[in-house]
Amino acid sequence: MLRTFKGGMHIPDHKEQTNGVPVRQIDGAREHIFLLHQHIGAMIEPKVSLGEYVKVGQVIADSDAFLTVPLHSSISGTVTAIKPHLHPSGTMVTAIIVENDGKYLVSDDVCPKNPDKMSAKDIIGVIRNAGIVGMGGAGFPTHAKLTVPDGKKVTHLIVNAAECEPYITSDHRRLIEEPEKVISGLKICMKIFELEKAYIAVEANKADVIELLKQKTSSSGIEVIALKTKYPQGSEKHIIKAVSGKSVPSGGLPIDIGAIVINVDTAYEINEAFATGMPVISRIITVAGDAVAKPCNLEVRIGTLFSFVTDAAGGFSKPPKKIIMGGPMMGMAQFTLDVPTMKTTSAILAFSETEAIYDDYSPCIRCGKCVSHCPMKLMPLYLSRYAAEGDLEKCMRYNILDCIECGLCSYLCPGKQSPLQNIRMAKQKIIENRRKKK
Amino acid sequence: MTEQKFTVTSSPHISANESVASIMTDVVIALIPAIASGVYFFGFRAAVVIMTAVAACIVSEYVFEKIMKKRITVGDFSTVVTGILLGLNMPVTIPLWMVVIGSVFAIIIVKQLYGGLGKNFMNPALAARCFMLAAWAGSMTAFVTPFMGYGADAVSSATPLAVLKGTSDGSMPSLLNAFLGGKAGCIGETSGLMLLIGFAYLLIRKVVSWKIPLSYILTFAVFMFLFGRNNTGYSQGYFTLLHILTGGLLLGAFFMATDYVTTPTSPVGQIIFGIGCGILTFAIRTFGGYPEGVSFSIILMNVAAPLIDRYTIPKKFGEVKKNA
Repeated sequence: MLRTFKGGMHIPDHKEQTNGVPVRQIDGAREHIFLLHQHIGAMIEPKVSLGEYVKVGQVIADSDAFLTVPLHSSISGTVTAIKPHLHPSGTMVTAIIVENDGKYLVSDDVCPKNPDKMSAKDIIGVIRNAGIVGMGGAGFPTHAKLTVPDGKKVTHLIVNAAECEPYITSDHRRLIEEPEKVISGLKICMKIFELEKAYIAVEANKADVIELLKQKTSSSGIEVIALKTKYPQGSEKHIIKAVSGKSVPSGGLPIDIGAIVINVDTAYEINEAFATGMPVISRIITVAGDAVAKPCNLEVRIGTLFSFVTDAAGGFSKPPKKIIMGGPMMGMAQFTLDVPTMKTTSAILAFSETEAIYDDYSPCIRCGKCVSHCPMKLMPLYLSRYAAEGDLEKCMRYNILDCIECGLCSYLCPGKQSPLQNIRMAKQKIIENRRKKK
Repeated sequence: MTEQKFTVTSSPHISANESVASIMTDVVIALIPAIASGVYFFGFRAAVVIMTAVAACIVSEYVFEKIMKKRITVGDFSTVVTGILLGLNMPVTIPLWMVVIGSVFAIIIVKQLYGGLGKNFMNPALAARCFMLAAWAGSMTAFVTPFMGYGADAVSSATPLAVLKGTSDGSMPSLLNAFLGGKAGCIGETSGLMLLIGFAYLLIRKVVSWKIPLSYILTFAVFMFLFGRNNTGYSQGYFTLLHILTGGLLLGAFFMATDYVTTPTSPVGQIIFGIGCGILTFAIRTFGGYPEGVSFSIILMNVAAPLIDRYTIPKKFGEVKKNA
């Protein structure tokens, strides 16, 4: 029996483009741009100065704020500038620009550590210092997630290998090529909470991964769970529901019901932080979409320009009209390839057609598909209408803040109404208003 | 910064292939068996009535939108669906000019004056039918026996429902005939089987769910079985089955009570809507002045749909009871 949640729907996954292509490492970008805003939380500050020589794995920016992690250089070379650069979110963000000397000399700070002799607190400290964040896209600092408030107990530690976004196969390839490292990273987390049991939850469309993980995890206390292939199965709340049967309370956190979910690459990076001592300096990026000449998975050093990555994928077979960082459902559209990769860049997609939203636009016919498929059991048609009317009070009555912005309502709307766009704007307004009141 | 510029929109960046036109096309396809049975049993004029309604609906919408300088939406096929449903709700003998006026009423008064597709609060075809029933009661209920033609030699016939009610004399069709087709009545309601086939298609294509039709028919059946005034000599069960298979219940439950625009969107609301339709249809058929009550029941519930939706907001994921 495949486990799942109520609502959601199957979306054509298009993963066949890249799920069989082994990961290839790419090097050689002349210049790397390290954005100082790589994760949810506070901005970090440069710890290097202009003209300084930096090595691979060396801290180049950090902060004392709790909800931050340090940033490390992914290359060796000279800091040539510290200036604002375009961020994939569309804003200008301070960046440290390093000219690559092509030697990839590793910093002396990088050395293996043994978690067996460490306290839980020290393990979490190593994880923070390795710059690890939720690598699935949200980028929540992992040490903060693993720091459990007093009185809460972890019962369900889950590695999220659902990878429910179409096109993306970076987690798939990681699990096929280096399953031991992911499992070992998970075991380190189990040690923090002294857990005997943990879970790796995989969507059923990755049968090879399920098979392989079952072999590798036998008699380890790690259970491999096959999930129904359905969007948004990889949503934190919904993967917890599928694995534990419990619902995260509205407005609450997973830890409220004893659950912690980490991404595949996060587990991998935790292992690396101990096994080799190497912090997060690169990640697997799926390059796919119909405009990409040779769709593939690439191991890319942080700070590489998108244009360098797409060139490494053979360039474009047809002129792209839309470039997306992340998946097609929740990813961010880019207006230029002149942005650098970050810790959370799971995919770069290029499409030759833009969705012709305005051509087939038709009014809401109240078909109710957005209601019956909403994974949060909301009524997007009303939320969208009240949001467009600016009636924030009614939006609240219809639980607008519970929306996880999965985009399913906009995806399936026959009128191509883009309810999520309206909902998102109203949510922002409500959150801003709250901040002002405080 | 760079010469390359790409389209930027808010996520998601892909969408399902479904459109309003594709959904409405599915509904048209689902209505084909009912149209075919109507033409088979009542003759070619049935096709003429339906085509007149469709053409009049399309022209009304086009002209109205042209005059009001609105976007022409004839291409979304919703008007075609309204036309077909209106035609299916007519007796085959109806004068064509009445069909035209009914169509204009449906599209302009009921649909466009309230803002067009998605904004009308009553099902246009049903509202027009009720309007016509009030305006031309005689012509709207001039039912004829199937296969009898529609000229001077047409044999007028009471509908089975009128016979069941005891307001008219006439013969009852057997249950099998009532199911397969060939009873007196509106063009579209003659064959339960053909309506069922069309509905099955809509279910398979996931255009509609079972919630409204099933709760509607079940509620109606339960009430008719328990409280139906049966003076026919048939057993109560047989009487109830005849009630389900005759008149417009199946046509209404499958194709008109499932109209998106005028029904609730919340799952619980849809079941309440169906139950309401069932009770009202039972009440009108049993206590009302008309032998048939499907159209009235559905449009009465249409009016209540927004209210039902407001009071049946689904329980959100992870909802916790607030401690008062």
